[in-house]
Amino acid sequence: MEAIVLQVLNGLDKGSAYALIALGLTLIFGTLGVVNFAHGALFMIGAFCAVTLQRLLSLSHEVVDETRTDFLGNPLKVDVPYLADWFGVDAAQSIINWSVPLAILFSIPIMIVVGIAMERGLIKHFYKRPHADQILVTFGLAIVLQEIIKAIYGANPIPTPAPPAFTGSFDFGALIGMENIIYPYWRLIYFGFAMVIIAGVFAFLQFTTFGMVVRAGMADRETVGMLGINIDKRFTIMFAIAACVAGLAGVMYTPINSPNYHMGMDFLVLSFVVVVVGGMGSLPGAVLAGFLLGILESFASMGQVIDLLPGINQIIIYLVAIVILLTRPRGLMGRKGVMEE
Amino acid sequence: MFGLNSKDTSLLLVVAVLTLLAPFILNPFPENSDLAQFNAGYPDLMQRFVIFGIFAIGFNILFGLTGYLSFGHAAFLGVGSYAAIWMMKLLTLNVIPAIFMGIVVAGLFALVVGFVSLRRSGIYFSILTLAFAQMSYALAYSVLTPITGGETGLQIKPIDRPLLSNLEPGEIGRANLFGIEMGNSYLLNVGGWQFTFNAGYYIAAVVMLIAFYISIRIFRSPFGMMLRAVKSNQNRLNYTGLNSKPYTLAAFVISGMYAGLAGGLMVAMDTQVGPERMFWTASGEVVLMAILGGVGTLIGPVLGAGMIKYMENILSKINDAILHQWFAFMPDGLENFKVAIIHPFIGKGWHLTLGIVFMLVVIFLPGGLVEGGQRIGRLFRRKKRKDKPSPDATPAE
Repeated sequence: MEAIVLQVLNGLDKGSAYALIALGLTLIFGTLGVVNFAHGALFMIGAFCAVTLQRLLSLSHEVVDETRTDFLGNPLKVDVPYLADWFGVDAAQSIINWSVPLAILFSIPIMIVVGIAMERGLIKHFYKRPHADQILVTFGLAIVLQEIIKAIYGANPIPTPAPPAFTGSFDFGALIGMENIIYPYWRLIYFGFAMVIIAGVFAFLQFTTFGMVVRAGMADRETVGMLGINIDKRFTIMFAIAACVAGLAGVMYTPINSPNYHMGMDFLVLSFVVVVVGGMGSLPGAVLAGFLLGILESFASMGQVIDLLPGINQIIIYLVAIVILLTRPRGLMGRKGVMEE
Repeated sequence: MFGLNSKDTSLLLVVAVLTLLAPFILNPFPENSDLAQFNAGYPDLMQRFVIFGIFAIGFNILFGLTGYLSFGHAAFLGVGSYAAIWMMKLLTLNVIPAIFMGIVVAGLFALVVGFVSLRRSGIYFSILTLAFAQMSYALAYSVLTPITGGETGLQIKPIDRPLLSNLEPGEIGRANLFGIEMGNSYLLNVGGWQFTFNAGYYIAAVVMLIAFYISIRIFRSPFGMMLRAVKSNQNRLNYTGLNSKPYTLAAFVISGMYAGLAGGLMVAMDTQVGPERMFWTASGEVVLMAILGGVGTLIGPVLGAGMIKYMENILSKINDAILHQWFAFMPDGLENFKVAIIHPFIGKGWHLTLGIVFMLVVIFLPGGLVEGGQRIGRLFRRKKRKDKPSPDATPAE
């Protein structure tokens, strides 16, 4: 029982990331009808927002510290962050430590701008083109974005730690009356954060007038347009929101896995499998499939399972995808007639 | 000639002449000039051109004719490679059985994958093929290590004693064709130029010409017509009472066999395989090749393959020092500025250039390089006879 709970917990953080990216992908597909292969790149840009903020906060200048000397006896030069001049050393250090949560605020405007620029600048021109063209141009865009990040930040992963308050692990088992379930804080936070975002997106679509119009537009774009509503503008905003969701998923993922330039592509392929398994165009399907595949993946990496079926942890997601697509042609919760031409 | 109409015959002949004279054409700059680094006429790269050309031709038979976008085509290339290297390790160092085995095994694998994947269409088909390819990659990397060599892959080692070979003890076997080793080259020095005629390249080139000829025949056959019908409207085809599945499956298997042929040839040239040949980026690369060149056209994929491999090998060799040399005549500030601007696009950043070129092609030239060529051609033709509308408005294939 403990083992099962532990594996479910382990699957949650990856499942959350899959679910968030797949949610954004499905939002874009449902509203604009565009298959966005650059969505993984948005996830990566989000992660690098956190890196950028961390670097910005730790921008420093050299100060000669008269009280200490280096090994030659000269006064030691130390780097002092500008923040330390303004707020004092301790406050500055804690601000830098909290750069990842702060990056949430920092990344939202950036992701909105990136999202709107992408939609207005490129994807707008591809509404009427075949799906294959959309896939290809966004695939090209993903390569370009990824290479730009590589040119700026280099090819190595950049560690971005969580705030010290959340770095440790805690005994999750004690909460539910079981033993030996040690779980890192940050992963639980990531899961909670993902749930909040997912709930937020659904609530936004379900309970606001804006969301209602968007849902109407998803069902019948033309009619909504005829009612005098500027549906294109709203869909652009939805694209920006989807970009934000991917970006925030990336920001919060940085302490779990140090960001590198190809993290977007790594996640994109799996997220696409997730979207298709969930059913193209179905938001609940995307979230459900994301968590399902994340948890399955973690179960497949259990020692006992690998002993039984070697290599299963590598292929489980694809295996499940094949089985689901063959038995349920439209994925778990897909609608009829989507992307089948 | 060869059962082709005159237009196709001339296309085939042009391609044949270009491929056979490639050592000259790809080496336009003298050996010691500054521009020598743009020469692509060395055996390794020329072999890549034709091998990836075969791969892209095969991919085009599936994607260009039926419209089914396979995102896992590299799996067939990888499987073919593994089959070929086992042939060379166990049976004989002659490349013909190896290549033949690569084609057969890749074809069988494509039959299985295609049988399952073709039950769905659209993006579901793409994801299914991607899933199969990723599974093959993961398995080759981990569980199947006894067969695939895992991370290190397979090479021909000194302990390998193929049945039909008489190697000295300790001698490492080399791939050959009835005694002609693949690595054999004949160097021709003319003035400042050095031209390399490589046995491996010519064998691969002849194979590519045959593959190209077969693909022309497929394009022009009733079978090819049927595949086009699948692309334009599969539903309507089904309503006429035809079952389109055997046709698409046949196209898929043929395309898989082309990939296996490319894989076998690759092994024949460098006698090694690694699982990264099956990774999804490799599948993505062949998609890029076909699109860049022009999907559904005969020559497009070959052009695309050549362009990408050229960029990969030549662009990535240029470094800052070379740039400084080029711009040395400028004032220092301007020189450094220019180098800084160009720096991200060359060397390790060649993918950036590839991505940008690819995006531009998809946005402005959906028909790829071939469409670009046609547009330029039409531009000239229109200037010649302004009042007559061009009779051949349909895109040539």
